[in-house]
Amino acid sequence: MLKINNLHAKVESKDILKGINLEVNPGEVHAIMGPNGSGKSTLASVLAGRADYEVTEGSVEFMGKELLEMSPEDRAREGIFLAFQYPVEIPGVSTTNFLKTALNEVRKYRGQDPIDAVSFLNLVKEKSKLVEIDPSLLKRSLNEGFSGGEKKRNEVFQMAMLEPKLALLDETDSGLDIDALRIVANGVNKLKNKDNAVIVVTHYQRLLDYIVPDFVHVLYNGKIVKSGTKELALELEEKGYDWIKNPVSA
Amino acid sequence: MSENIKVLEEITSSEYKYGFVTNIESDAAPMGLNEDTIRFISAKKNEPEWLLEWRLKAYRHWLTLEQPTWQNLKIPEINFQNIIYYSAPKKKPQYNSLDEIDPELRDTFNKLGISLTEQKRLSGVAVDAVIDSVSVTTTYKEKLGELGIVFCALSEAVHTHPDLVKKYLGAVVPMTDNFYTCLNSAVFSDGSFVYIPKGVRCPMELSTYFRINAENTGQFERTLIIADEEAYVSYLEGCTAPMRDENQLHAAVVELIALDKSEIKYSTVQNWYPGDKEGKGGIYNFVTKRGICSGVKSKISWTQVETGSAITWKYPSVILKGDDSIGEFYSVAVTNNYQQADTGTKMIHIGKNTKSRIVSKGISAGRSHNSYRGLVEIMKRADNARNFSQCDSLLLGDRCGAHTFPYVEVRNNTGKVEHEATTSKIGEDIIFYCNQRGIATEEAVALIVNGYCKEVLNQLPMEFAVEAQKLLAISLEGSVG
Ligand SMILES: Nc1ncnc2c1ncn2[C@@H]1O[C@H](COP(=O)(O)OP(=O)(O)OP(=O)(O)O)[C@@H](O)[C@H]1O
Ligand SMILES: [Mg+2]
Repeated sequence: MLKINNLHAKVESKDILKGINLEVNPGEVHAIMGPNGSGKSTLASVLAGRADYEVTEGSVEFMGKELLEMSPEDRAREGIFLAFQYPVEIPGVSTTNFLKTALNEVRKYRGQDPIDAVSFLNLVKEKSKLVEIDPSLLKRSLNEGFSGGEKKRNEVFQMAMLEPKLALLDETDSGLDIDALRIVANGVNKLKNKDNAVIVVTHYQRLLDYIVPDFVHVLYNGKIVKSGTKELALELEEKGYDWIKNPVSA
Repeated sequence: MSENIKVLEEITSSEYKYGFVTNIESDAAPMGLNEDTIRFISAKKNEPEWLLEWRLKAYRHWLTLEQPTWQNLKIPEINFQNIIYYSAPKKKPQYNSLDEIDPELRDTFNKLGISLTEQKRLSGVAVDAVIDSVSVTTTYKEKLGELGIVFCALSEAVHTHPDLVKKYLGAVVPMTDNFYTCLNSAVFSDGSFVYIPKGVRCPMELSTYFRINAENTGQFERTLIIADEEAYVSYLEGCTAPMRDENQLHAAVVELIALDKSEIKYSTVQNWYPGDKEGKGGIYNFVTKRGICSGVKSKISWTQVETGSAITWKYPSVILKGDDSIGEFYSVAVTNNYQQADTGTKMIHIGKNTKSRIVSKGISAGRSHNSYRGLVEIMKRADNARNFSQCDSLLLGDRCGAHTFPYVEVRNNTGKVEHEATTSKIGEDIIFYCNQRGIATEEAVALIVNGYCKEVLNQLPMEFAVEAQKLLAISLEGSVG
């Protein structure tokens, strides 16, 4: 469903992505690991269409369409979801109201009528149970005054509501307590099916105990320098990144 | 510069959508201001001698004043001799039905989306439309008349209800109050007059659409609303103005008087021409609005949605004289491009157990500047007075400014004053977040702004709230957030 081909991107004349190749098929879970500043969030942002990043080379195909030619909102409507590493706060707009607008925009794009109030509320009920988010949070301004963990949980709640084809989870585990990690990861697993895919960006093996990846990639200095199966994550946990960083040739 | 910022800028700098000029032949005073101009205006209106004297007194005092400079605004020098102080549509129409209205005029209303035909059908809204300072048409008069309610042009009330006008004109806003009220008192053209008799609840919203129409015509409306004991009235004022190059001065005065246990709700949607993207042209709006809760348990509520004008200078205020009286101020002020607004309120607590509430939402975009200026004053005699103020600022983009100047003077130690303030910024990151959820930039801005203003918009009568929402969307189309 996703084919990234030799992707280069820069921000403010600094090259950050230096030739990424990655293919993701329906039903798969990919984990991307790598040291701080290696370009993981940049990759997620470029896929989602953030304007600060300029693609200088390469192409990305999503569900048979040229992804890079679409506006960020159209990418979202096509089914790309990014759970942000640092979710923003939006004053004056409740999560519920925000999601109703988002859901209806997606439905409009697909030629569907706006969702009626009752169905929407039922959906909120169902999905909030799935990620065990406190319903009173949803009435407050989006993320305003939320704790770090609540923000992350809200990201996954939104993912549950919008049912994307491809979800990019950027360090969704950081900031979650041990119980929350398990709950949120289980939520993600329940949303998984043979037609959708997930890319998780994480620093820690413990998330991958819950969300078991089919593939693990190591991003270093703007390139995927190593790919493997879930055992690779264990090896990284044990040895750190140095053995990958140094002898690319070895 | 990123794509998002560009989009935001485009939206923020979208041109005024209600810009057009209607050519109705004007019957205007010669340009400039002197005693003859004032006599001309007074004669045109066939005014009694006392009113002419009143005007002249104001004019002579005005000559001794200078334009105030304390506000946080950059005001280009205004040449007061370069203004036409009176103009009226040439054919003073007498309609039996709306079909008789000048087609060009009707067309103007249609463009505004407030055609009279439509207005008439709108349940419960009586419209007294003021075009170029002269009342052109009044509807629902009869029905209101049955209840003893007077709703007419001030110039008419001078003849039909001289005692009321004489008693209350200038009673809340003295002619000498400030530079602009003094000017208004000298040259006011027309405006609305409302009187609700004892114990009467006005069954419909009273609504006036003000328009500025002939080029170079300063606008000096004057509105006077009196609610007698236990009366209630909700009054709506809204305006749009045609696009033009030259700056136009607008200096209105509104006075409200609430007697024992009465209530006046005054709502405004203000959308004067703000000038073009470069800040050229646009209306200078210097308004003095003040109400007095003179009776016990009376209440005055100001609600305003201010999106227009190049410069807005406006502080709807309440003097809480009667014991247990209540004053409220709900405001949304939007500035975009090069607009400047300095607006807020004054709550003067004189009576015991008086309460006031201030909710101000400022939204700045583009290179605009938006200031809240408020005064809460609790006088010596005002035992147990209460005030709550909430002043929020929303910034769209990086180049606009928001400022708050809350002043508090408490002279009675049983008084309680609470003030809360927040500043939020809608930047590219928030817009991108919305985009990523499938919400395009324009919708994102509308969503955020409407959410942010909800508390104020909820105060407006239904049909007005809808119009206000549209206006917010138009004025901020695509400006971040
Ligand atoms: N807007 C920007 N302006 C300048 N440099 C940027 C910008 N965005 C990212 N960078 C730089 O690009 C590099 C990659 O950043 P990125 O956020 O993608 O790293 P990451 O792999 O997600 O790191 P972490 O694990 O800490 O989240 C960093 O050196 C960062 O400083
Ligand atoms: Mg990151």
